[in-house]
Amino acid sequence: MAVKQISVFVENRAGRLADITGILADNKIDIRALSIADTTDYGILRLIVDNPDNAVSKLKKAGLTVSATEVLGVEVDDVPGGFARVVSVLSDKGISVEYAYAFITPELGSAYVILRVENNLTAEEVLSDAGIKLIEQNDIFKK
Amino acid sequence: MCNNYYDKAVETAPRGKLKDIQSERLVRTVKSCYENIPFYRRMFDEIGLKTNDIKSIDDITKIPFTVKQDLRDNYPFGLFAVAKDELVRIHSSSGTTGKQTVVGYTQGDIDRWSQGVARAIVGAGGTKDDSIQISYGYGLFTGGLGLHYGAEKIGATAIPVSSGNTKRQVQILQDFEPDIICCTPSYALTIAEMVKEMGIDPSSLKLRAGILGAEPWTDEMRREIEEKLKIKAYDIYGLSEIAGPGVAYECREQDGMHICEDFFYPEIVDPDTLEPLPDGEYGELVFTCIGKEALPLLRYRTRDISYITHEKCACGRTLVRMQKPRGRSDDMLIIRGVNVFPSQIEHVILSLGMEPNYQIIVDRVNNSDVLTVCVEMSEAFFSDEVKKIENKEREISASMQSMLGVSAKVRLVEPRSLPRFEGKAVRVTDNRKF
Repeated sequence: MAVKQISVFVENRAGRLADITGILADNKIDIRALSIADTTDYGILRLIVDNPDNAVSKLKKAGLTVSATEVLGVEVDDVPGGFARVVSVLSDKGISVEYAYAFITPELGSAYVILRVENNLTAEEVLSDAGIKLIEQNDIFKK
Repeated sequence: MCNNYYDKAVETAPRGKLKDIQSERLVRTVKSCYENIPFYRRMFDEIGLKTNDIKSIDDITKIPFTVKQDLRDNYPFGLFAVAKDELVRIHSSSGTTGKQTVVGYTQGDIDRWSQGVARAIVGAGGTKDDSIQISYGYGLFTGGLGLHYGAEKIGATAIPVSSGNTKRQVQILQDFEPDIICCTPSYALTIAEMVKEMGIDPSSLKLRAGILGAEPWTDEMRREIEEKLKIKAYDIYGLSEIAGPGVAYECREQDGMHICEDFFYPEIVDPDTLEPLPDGEYGELVFTCIGKEALPLLRYRTRDISYITHEKCACGRTLVRMQKPRGRSDDMLIIRGVNVFPSQIEHVILSLGMEPNYQIIVDRVNNSDVLTVCVEMSEAFFSDEVKKIENKEREISASMQSMLGVSAKVRLVEPRSLPRFEGKAVRVTDNRKF
């Protein structure tokens, strides 16, 4: 029950983000969610796309440093306190979140959060036990 | 104020007399080298050069050159001409490659070196009534002890503060009231900034002169130091292989550094053809130690690019003057007074399993050298978490620090973004202006 996220190393130079996302566009790869972690000299672009394997190979071919990571995707109620509930379930069990980002899909009418934790399996178990719905890659690209 | 000399007879000697001293000392040095140092004996025998062929200083060009690698190859004591029990001190070069270069001194060597430093202090207006704050590092580095012995030689009061703890440096400037400070030019500026930060009026300090060296600096930097500390700043030159600071020094004319040529005979050669160059032409500075017993290097290539002039100086000294070195004939960088070779940086990069593509950038920020090493990001180093990448960066920085002896900033760049070279790689961008 995991989602494959791809991460790309982006140097802080004008136009780099446009170049990278342009490669995805040229290859008809659909981006569902993204986040950028930025530092003074570089950023890490994290993406959830419909065809991660294809995206990785195309970006690598363009000479970029890319990695693929399994992250957790959870469905949250789009109401105040929806996300708070998810993270409190994890923190109660001593599981810390390295980073997280959220997105909504109008066609599915749901809100989702991508979570990066140290150990996916433990976190999945904790979340499922609390009745929180975990999603898979295909769930967020259903038309 | 009139000019003072420490060794008036030598410092203002007619050129002919200097030449006589040099010839006599060269002949003696060459004999000692041949008799006591197997390296030089082999060198002479190989080209069929006899010690008797060296009759005057004019014959010096018959002698082959000595380079830093020869010191490394004979590490640690292989080039010493005296038995170890005759040594009274050992120093070593600031370069921190696996093998540093070791230099040794007999009592006579220390005396003559101190004499050179004494000339430098007097040249900068120092007298026996002065107190001299020595803020060069004490230790294997020649700076601290070199200036210390020179200060004592003239009967001045040495204050051996060593480098670091800038607040205490300023406190001592205030409380002990030194007349002269000795340190690197960049440290002089750091001290000047601390003076300002502590709300002290520099003109309230007794300090009147700085004897600054061990790293390249510009005339602009000199003016800044003079303005900020309200002193006169004098340049001093030296290298441990030859002796240490005091090989050459500035007089109050501040127009080139007088070389103690009765101890250290200078030549300027074309770094490619190795042919001697005339006065006024830039080339590589070469020294022959004609006044040393323990480590009498012959025609040692310093790699410093400079020129010399025999014109008599307005100060009255006849000693030849060298220009502030404007660069190096090898790729050595001097970062905050420490010798750094790009090959050492490359070694660290490769030993950590990174791509052998890198760029070295040197800047001077707030008058301090900043070394940045750009390394290409590779999959082995990449992570989706900033934390993990930062840990890698710290690991690289720590390795650089322990290998080079100076800190380096590591900047990760995209793969294939650094230039590739077909011929000789140009990996260093030095943005400092000397």
